[in-house]
Amino acid sequence: MASLDNAPPPFFRRGPTPLAQLCFYVACSLALFVLDLRFQALEYARQGLSLVTEPLRQVAQAPMRFLNEGSDYLVALEKVQAENDALKATQLEAAPVLNALPHLIAENERLRQLLALQSRESTAGDAASILYTARDPFSRRVYLDKGQQQGLTPGRPVLDAHGLIGQVTRVFPFSAEVTLITDKDQSVPVQVERTGQRSFIFGLGNGQVTLKYIPANADVQPGDILITSGLDDLYQPGFPVARIIEVSHDSSDAFARIIAVPVAAVENHTLVMVLRPRPELPPRPDAAENAAPNHKTPARAGQRPNRRARGG
Amino acid sequence: MYATNQSARILKPAQSWFILLSLLLALLLNMLPTRQWLLMPDWVMLTLAFWSVRECRKVGLGTAFLLGVLMDMADGAALGQHALAYVLLCYAATSLSRRLLWFPLTQQALHIAPLFFVAAGLQILIRMVAGGNFPGWGQFLAPFIATLLWPTLSFLLLAPQYQPEERDENRPI
Repeated sequence: MASLDNAPPPFFRRGPTPLAQLCFYVACSLALFVLDLRFQALEYARQGLSLVTEPLRQVAQAPMRFLNEGSDYLVALEKVQAENDALKATQLEAAPVLNALPHLIAENERLRQLLALQSRESTAGDAASILYTARDPFSRRVYLDKGQQQGLTPGRPVLDAHGLIGQVTRVFPFSAEVTLITDKDQSVPVQVERTGQRSFIFGLGNGQVTLKYIPANADVQPGDILITSGLDDLYQPGFPVARIIEVSHDSSDAFARIIAVPVAAVENHTLVMVLRPRPELPPRPDAAENAAPNHKTPARAGQRPNRRARGG
Repeated sequence: MYATNQSARILKPAQSWFILLSLLLALLLNMLPTRQWLLMPDWVMLTLAFWSVRECRKVGLGTAFLLGVLMDMADGAALGQHALAYVLLCYAATSLSRRLLWFPLTQQALHIAPLFFVAAGLQILIRMVAGGNFPGWGQFLAPFIATLLWPTLSFLLLAPQYQPEERDENRPI
């Protein structure tokens, strides 16, 4: 027990000086910043923190949700009937194609077997709804209402009714973060539907994407649709991604400058489909020869496809 | 004696639970899906600055850091981005508090405005250093609105401390 003369009374005990505290906390913040952005080392910390912030968020958004649901409940009958009629009409229009589809799929399968081609992967996914948009003005991300508990994993592609909207980049216990294809750090391997030319799109951060590494003399026109090329372990081939709106040539650059807009309602939608991960692709020839000593698992590789795309 | 905000009388001490409640409410307000509204101020920043000025013994740098990390998480921003801004804001507001409290509320807002702008600018700067695009000058509307809200918020957050010490049945308030 300290005696009175060498322990100051509690009134004077105020811990380290403010400047020392400031240095400590600034150092902590900068360390967090570097660890998170440079090394992506804090995913577990984020998952833990999400257990604190998610309930808070639900409390914050509860009044609005109750109001919305309440008003829907009271006024929506007419709207739902109209919507129902519209959906029935759409279904009727699509009926000839949809009815022929099983037959076409079977026929396609048979033809592929005849040609000894790899059969197409089946497409399946989990429906999820978008909870909210991240407030961070530097990125284009949304959060889904499903997470680890519902079996989501990083790297899975996310679609809406019209096409690709993004990719799951982080999963939390009860929610998941989707980086939209318009995000500045997001890239998708695509091909031009009309010509089959393959390349990548990169987000521009302003709701548009740019198609890169297309030679200036290539046959690319405004109005062309870009679809996923399937040349990776993440995106299955054939999903519409974007429509080209502008092609310009700069004489100083060997590549054309191509701007496209996503076909999906990337920035405003509520219901989305999270596709299942692709089945393991056959190993690359060189990897197979070396018995794949450092073959990445799809989930790890899928987290940051942009880095691989940039590096390669 | 009337309970006006101009009076220089001694206030009742701030209650810890009220400080905690106000910070929690600010956090909840920040978590509303209001990304599209550039005018929406950062409520946590505003409330934190207020309590750093008024009660620096109770709301210190540790609180600022903790709130910052929670906001980083809630915003989906880089971890440490809000924390850094809040810690610096809290330190600056605390060191300013002795001078600030001599002024009426509107002039206090003028004093606190640079802190809000620096805190917002710092977040943009640190993200641009890390490779982000400049998100546009619209981001600086929020600290401006926060400055305008300072007198109102001060009035609201000080209201419990303006309660009279003894209740008089014949007095309306």
